[in-house]
Amino acid sequence: MNWTLALPEIVLAVLGMAILVFGVLRKTDSTQLATMFVIGAFLLTGLLVGTREAGFAFQGQFVADAFATFNKELILLGGSLALILSLDWNRSQGIARFEYPVLVLFATVGMLIMVSASNLMTLYLGLELQSLALYVLAAFARDNLRSSEAGLKYFVLSGLASGLLLYGISLVYGFSGTMDFQALHASLMKPAEAPAGLIVGVVFVLVGLAFKVSAVPFHMWTPDVYEGAPTPVTVFFATAPKVAAMALLLRVMGTSFAELVPAWQSLVVMMSIGSMALGALAAIGQSNIKRLMAYSSIGHMGYALIGLAVGSSDGVRGVLVYMAVYVLMTAGTFACILAMKRKGQPVENISDLSGLATNDPGLALALSVFMFSLAGIPLMAGFFAKLYIFLAAVKAGLWALAVIGVLASVIGAFYYIRVIKVMYFDAPAEAFDRRPPALSFVVAATGLFTAFFFLFPAPVVDAAELASRVLFR
Amino acid sequence: MMNAAGFPLLSLITWLPLVGGAVILSIRGDEETVAVNARWTALWTSLIVLALSLVLWVKFDPREAGFQFNESLAWLPHYRIAYKMGVDGISVLFVLLSTVLTPICILASWDAIQTKVREYMLSFLILETMMVGMFCATDFVVFYMFFEAVLIPMYLIIGIWGGPRRVYAAVKFFLFTLTGSVLMLLALIAMWLQAGTTDIAVLMETRFPVGMQTWLFFALFASFAVKVPMWPFHTWLPDAHVEAPTAGSVILAGVLLKMGAYGFIRFSIPMLPDAAQHYAPVIWTLSVVAVVYTSLVAFAQEDMKKLIAYSSVAHMGVVTIGLFTFNEQGIQGALYQMLAHGVVSGALFLIVGVVYDRIHSREIARYGGLADRMPAYALLFMLFTMASVGLPGTAGFVGEFLVIVGALQVNFWLALLGGLGMILGAVYMLYLYRRVVFGTITKDDLKHILDLSPREWAVFAPLIVLTLWMGIYPSSFTGFFDESVAALVKHHHAAIASTVKLAQGMTH
Repeated sequence: MNWTLALPEIVLAVLGMAILVFGVLRKTDSTQLATMFVIGAFLLTGLLVGTREAGFAFQGQFVADAFATFNKELILLGGSLALILSLDWNRSQGIARFEYPVLVLFATVGMLIMVSASNLMTLYLGLELQSLALYVLAAFARDNLRSSEAGLKYFVLSGLASGLLLYGISLVYGFSGTMDFQALHASLMKPAEAPAGLIVGVVFVLVGLAFKVSAVPFHMWTPDVYEGAPTPVTVFFATAPKVAAMALLLRVMGTSFAELVPAWQSLVVMMSIGSMALGALAAIGQSNIKRLMAYSSIGHMGYALIGLAVGSSDGVRGVLVYMAVYVLMTAGTFACILAMKRKGQPVENISDLSGLATNDPGLALALSVFMFSLAGIPLMAGFFAKLYIFLAAVKAGLWALAVIGVLASVIGAFYYIRVIKVMYFDAPAEAFDRRPPALSFVVAATGLFTAFFFLFPAPVVDAAELASRVLFR
Repeated sequence: MMNAAGFPLLSLITWLPLVGGAVILSIRGDEETVAVNARWTALWTSLIVLALSLVLWVKFDPREAGFQFNESLAWLPHYRIAYKMGVDGISVLFVLLSTVLTPICILASWDAIQTKVREYMLSFLILETMMVGMFCATDFVVFYMFFEAVLIPMYLIIGIWGGPRRVYAAVKFFLFTLTGSVLMLLALIAMWLQAGTTDIAVLMETRFPVGMQTWLFFALFASFAVKVPMWPFHTWLPDAHVEAPTAGSVILAGVLLKMGAYGFIRFSIPMLPDAAQHYAPVIWTLSVVAVVYTSLVAFAQEDMKKLIAYSSVAHMGVVTIGLFTFNEQGIQGALYQMLAHGVVSGALFLIVGVVYDRIHSREIARYGGLADRMPAYALLFMLFTMASVGLPGTAGFVGEFLVIVGALQVNFWLALLGGLGMILGAVYMLYLYRRVVFGTITKDDLKHILDLSPREWAVFAPLIVLTLWMGIYPSSFTGFFDESVAALVKHHHAAIASTVKLAQGMTH
């Protein structure tokens, strides 16, 4: 048994407990130190993840491969960015407690396990570890009604989804006699002979996971939770867990149920179309920028799902590139949203951005880069993300999906460029407070990545290519 | 990576404006200092780019039909996409058109733009990079990126420095063109998968299945027809033109409209010959409607810029007629008309800009009798009006004439109705000229209006020279694209002949 394959997760979990103890024992406020430690732990884990070789551990329940590495690094990156952004905000909002970084850490451990799951049981364990930490995080501003509501809402709906998932797992187990991905794959070599009960189980599993990536029609929680949760938590919600859930979805569908593509493809196609359409149309009427981003993320998950619907390693490669770009541009956008503060009070309306180009040209430039990128306009990273997705879709002959996808992206462009319109064309409103340096750092780093991705797309694309070969073999 | 210039000339021309942009971004100081420095930096950058592009003019070998000054750089080797640049006879003059118009635009905005000067100049330099890059790209993906990225600076130029309804115009412009572009993206991907590469030279030699060609043709048509713009996809253009600042209109009419026609001649015609041949009557019909209908609409306009905007749609209708005649005269005429229209309509928008800067109105009825106070202005206005009408000896004549000659060879009615555009053009342009320039001055503020300033002379001088040069000695321009057009026409007819042969072979 090669337990060292799971060393990154083990180290991270142990460090998490150590930081927790440290925070409890220390008399004075230790939020800042704890946050630094957690970011350090993420860096260390990232190094460990990068040096793992491929293989199975714990009787095949845990897998380390290129696919897992790619997603883990992405999750750790998203988690780190979210933590960097949280520090100043939490202090100014009076919710700076050392539990915050520790919860982020444990949620991240859960995600890493999800990504490496090679057994339905491991999958569930990782998912629940992640979810439990996320419930608490959503309600972290506990004196704030909206935050508590967000936490509760997420808890109830997520609990329901977990129930569906568990039911699906039990059906799959009951009809196939195994929970191991490889064994499932082997037993389903002849898809025509797959028992109907197992197909029902697959659908339930799909639904449970679709909830986590907030694909239509399981998206209802997203806008409320995004809006209600403290913004740094929203940053976290919008990045790392999405990567983990999407990776999990790809892993389950791409290994154990890879032979059943015809059975679940139409379902994914419908979810994808629904997400793209809803993401594009429902966002138009929003006036709150966090809600706008919630619908935007639903739309983006729709595009990513195209890659899954394709059911080939081309599609997986598209999804991975998409998620990598998505994490960075979303984190950057939220960093800009976090900068929206007047006299210490956060403001969240799109109209509050009026004339930002005059008050803070740098921030306005960065936010327009993110908006053009989210809209998928060329030279920005978002275009390349969509390019690989559509490439896979056209290659697989999914023309309807591709055409609906590009048209939805035009509708989506409408609200993204509206944000730019508010910043550049409207009369200036009152200026925002000075941004903290950490925030400027994240905005600049992600902004440069998004704007200049076109110069060096090869490393990301090559890594995604390598990672995608693992699935749909 | 060697080429005729001995160094990557095209990349230098393409990316140098961005370097100027970076310099503008780094200017520090109060608003006035920044504005002054931004203007001068932008002007000098664009002049250096112009000088570099003149090297292209001198060193270009017109006897060669293929791409020259080729550059290639690995970009996404797994997907066989490379950053490839090159120009042939068809694209080289458009590169020059872009680099000539940009300094003119910057000079024309010298005093007219007083707010956010830094951002304005930056937008124009970015725009220049995108335009030049688009005409130089010899890889479809690279082309697409530049083609669509043009939207970003243009959206900002219309939206920030435009007129009262600028937001509506900017958003409409953006969404119309984006809708077309994304469909082209799908066509691009389909062609890429079919041919295994996105190299334009290879794609031209690839024979796509006839059934697939239809779909590809309409996907590309969606993009290019909006950009040209062809009737009935033109409705964004009058709005965008009216609201855009003068220099924005110049670039829009001068270069951006040419991107659509350039797309047709670069992609639709050589790569999809069967579909292009088969659907040519559709294009002819839409073009003829554009020529006749928008000319009549132009006649009814009360706003000078709107009138010229509609006249642009009519003139571009002549271009699309010429392109889809598939003979040398027609295509040469179309190319010539594109260049001439780029110069002349740009000049006309600047002419409107001159009086707009003084009186702040574009309403035709607001003027009259300008010849009294502004004789030099009246003279220039006359020159460009005549060029727009297509008077022999001016730039506008050669292109229209060649297109009609080309059209006569394929369809008499096409030539007749296309030629009607010249007559209708004369009607609305002379009517405009009479109402603005002749008559007696009735408005008080017009009594003290000043004639052209030295800066405005500097703006117009190159355009005057070009208009007359293109009219009097056209072969110094047609010489550039003779060979490339001949090769294109030959390629097209060979492709059609082979399809016919194939079809006969199947029936026998």
